[in-house]
Amino acid sequence: MTTTQQTAPDAATAASGHEEIITGCDAVAQALRLLDVDVLAGYPIRPYDSVMTAVSKMIANGQMDAEFVIAESEHSQFEIGKHASLVGARAFIGSSGVGWMYGMEALVVTASLRLPVVALVGNRALDDPGAFGVEHNDALMVRDTGWLLYWVESAQEALDTTLLAYRVAEDKRVMLPCALSMDGAFLTHSQHIVQVPDAALVRRFVPPYDLGDRRFHPDNPVSIAPQFNEDWVMEARRQSDAAMRRARGVIAEATADFRRVFGREEEDPFVDAYRMDDAEYALLGMGTVGMVGKVAVDRMRAAGRKVGFVRIKWFRPFPRPELRSLLGTVKGVGIVDRDYSFGSNSHGGVLYTEVAAALYPEPRRPVIVPFIAGLGGREVSVDNMQEIEDVVEQVTARGEQDPTCRWIGVRGPQSDPRYDTGNLSEPAEGGARR
Amino acid sequence: MTAPELTIPDLEINRRLTVLPMQEYYTPGHRTCQGCESALVMRYMAKVAGPRTLVTGTTGCMYVANTSYNSTPWALPWAHTQLGSAGSSAVGTAAGLKALMRKGKIPDEPINVIAFCSDGGGGDMGLATLSAAMQDTRYNLLILLYDNESYANTDIQASGMTPWGAVTAFTPSGKQRRITHHRWKKNVPALLMAGHPTGRYFANTSSGFGMDLMEKVRTALDVGGPTFVQTHDPCPKGWDYDPRMSHELAVLAVECGITVLWDCLEGELRYQGLTRQQVEGKARRRPVADYLRRQGRFAHFADEDIDFFQSRIDEMWEDWILPGVLRVNQTPFGRFPRAASPPGNSEAPATPAAAVGGGRG
Repeated sequence: MTTTQQTAPDAATAASGHEEIITGCDAVAQALRLLDVDVLAGYPIRPYDSVMTAVSKMIANGQMDAEFVIAESEHSQFEIGKHASLVGARAFIGSSGVGWMYGMEALVVTASLRLPVVALVGNRALDDPGAFGVEHNDALMVRDTGWLLYWVESAQEALDTTLLAYRVAEDKRVMLPCALSMDGAFLTHSQHIVQVPDAALVRRFVPPYDLGDRRFHPDNPVSIAPQFNEDWVMEARRQSDAAMRRARGVIAEATADFRRVFGREEEDPFVDAYRMDDAEYALLGMGTVGMVGKVAVDRMRAAGRKVGFVRIKWFRPFPRPELRSLLGTVKGVGIVDRDYSFGSNSHGGVLYTEVAAALYPEPRRPVIVPFIAGLGGREVSVDNMQEIEDVVEQVTARGEQDPTCRWIGVRGPQSDPRYDTGNLSEPAEGGARR
Repeated sequence: MTAPELTIPDLEINRRLTVLPMQEYYTPGHRTCQGCESALVMRYMAKVAGPRTLVTGTTGCMYVANTSYNSTPWALPWAHTQLGSAGSSAVGTAAGLKALMRKGKIPDEPINVIAFCSDGGGGDMGLATLSAAMQDTRYNLLILLYDNESYANTDIQASGMTPWGAVTAFTPSGKQRRITHHRWKKNVPALLMAGHPTGRYFANTSSGFGMDLMEKVRTALDVGGPTFVQTHDPCPKGWDYDPRMSHELAVLAVECGITVLWDCLEGELRYQGLTRQQVEGKARRRPVADYLRRQGRFAHFADEDIDFFQSRIDEMWEDWILPGVLRVNQTPFGRFPRAASPPGNSEAPATPAAAVGGGRG
């Protein structure tokens, strides 16, 4: 395990912050210290849990003042975060894979209660069989429930986005929980140079958490979440919907503010568009696949191919306007899903379905080709990305949509009628398994 | 009439409550059934807890029937929590308060944290959260488990705390099988007491003994740390009896030795009231038939079922190391008497046919 750098107290740090070489999880822990988070609830599961390891060490060393509760399950962990948030404490939780699933009920009510808890999901494949590697299905499971969802690419982005997440989630116009997704192992446990800002700047950027008239305190005798049925549920859902719609504007505003306060470069709040200006083709994905994608784009650009990469940062709210303007002009786009949605539209992943639906109303839309790659932590290589781009160009050259989902980097035939039709008595095309 | 007391007088721990406030913090406006004893328990609990209290409550009767939108009975801050979250809601609430007070974000003052749960929510689904809450000595919290012996709000299904043999929606009595509820009632307060040496206070009480109940709730809140109180609440809908008989049934359960009034403060076990007289031999236990025969859920019981039930209760008083509380049979070393077996099971309790129980042959 990477040990957290022992940072000096605020007074001793430079006004502009300092740099450290830390992992993605440690970067989030640094942000939590700067945010003066009040209650953290932890339960062990790899790979997210090294954020809790880092935090507990900071508390033990007196660098952070917070209640750290070790829960007896993820369900309790998330309930503890929810109820701490309800009394007005800034709360943090997190999990990975099936752990995130175990606490699903508590996650759902955190969102429907409109409590701005922030979570780290160290993306991990769902059991069975047990696997440590990254898949995005865990965090995606809450995509319909009112959680703001973000996928980070680097440790720096993890730290920055943790600050941004509290600022957006706790905004009175939003009041929704936010889950930060980070590719397990590839980012949770890899070290980057990270600029750690000064605490005073963070306090300027994120105002104190104020739950207002819902604060659970004897001075405010409210009944929280009484039972209601067909008489009011639909109105409550509509309010969550409105909050999610408003979140777009709040994110844009907060991101602009972030750049101003911390002196960072201009960038789009919702998507990370790489070399897309004159691109004829685009590859699209989330998380660390962006790093590989950008290297592949550079290599293909050097060979004269006009390719760009689009990395979706905020998955909820979904960046439809950005995708519209970025992808409306390209000929073909390959969607790289690090997740699956068995039996879904074209048997593609979740991202494919969302992007295809987002582009459907456009008068002119590119050829959209779904891919599934890198499941269970399998590496997605630069060669894989080039292979994906080759397929996109071949399909586009045929001049019509072909939504057949291709699995990249999987052993066995890409398409085997025996598997795909269930007619296992027929011999495979081309003989034995490749 | 004199003006009502505005605050609860300071009470010495374990001293009997002599003055009670007139104020109610659990008020009319709920939709609980006629004769609902659990609603009464809520009222007692809120009354002695007073206004500086936060209450969370799990899903169940005391959620669904109590707090319909726009008609809450709670004059205290109350929040719903999920069915299996009594312990975690209490810990989360207490941890949040503690952090905010320590950091000066809210005024530092004593605030009671109470989480209530039902036998299903606390004894079954949320048991692990109760266990975790009883371990965390950093926080002052009370878990109150109102035991009405079934999942009463979902149409009366058997829980781990439904008495052996009772008819519920999931354990009917049929032509082939007379008894289909095979589990003996789970003893949650003793389980928590025995397994959590750092818990400050554990108590078992009954809705039929209001003073005992209020004294125990107040004691729990006064001693601080993790504390637990369980109440035995007759339920007209679930137990199938005339709602007028709720109080009588609660008292009968104690008279028969089925419900035991005890508490354990800092490791010291004490019995109260009628139970204490029974333990000291000053009062006799009534036959359990007097209790069972008054409830529709036991109407299918044959004499041998009642005899079995009686033998289990006798064992709990005559053989247990802590009578009525903790089962470790008091036997000379090397002797292992067999516990009574359910009717029809005496020969081969492990065979599938016998394991379904009740059916003869």
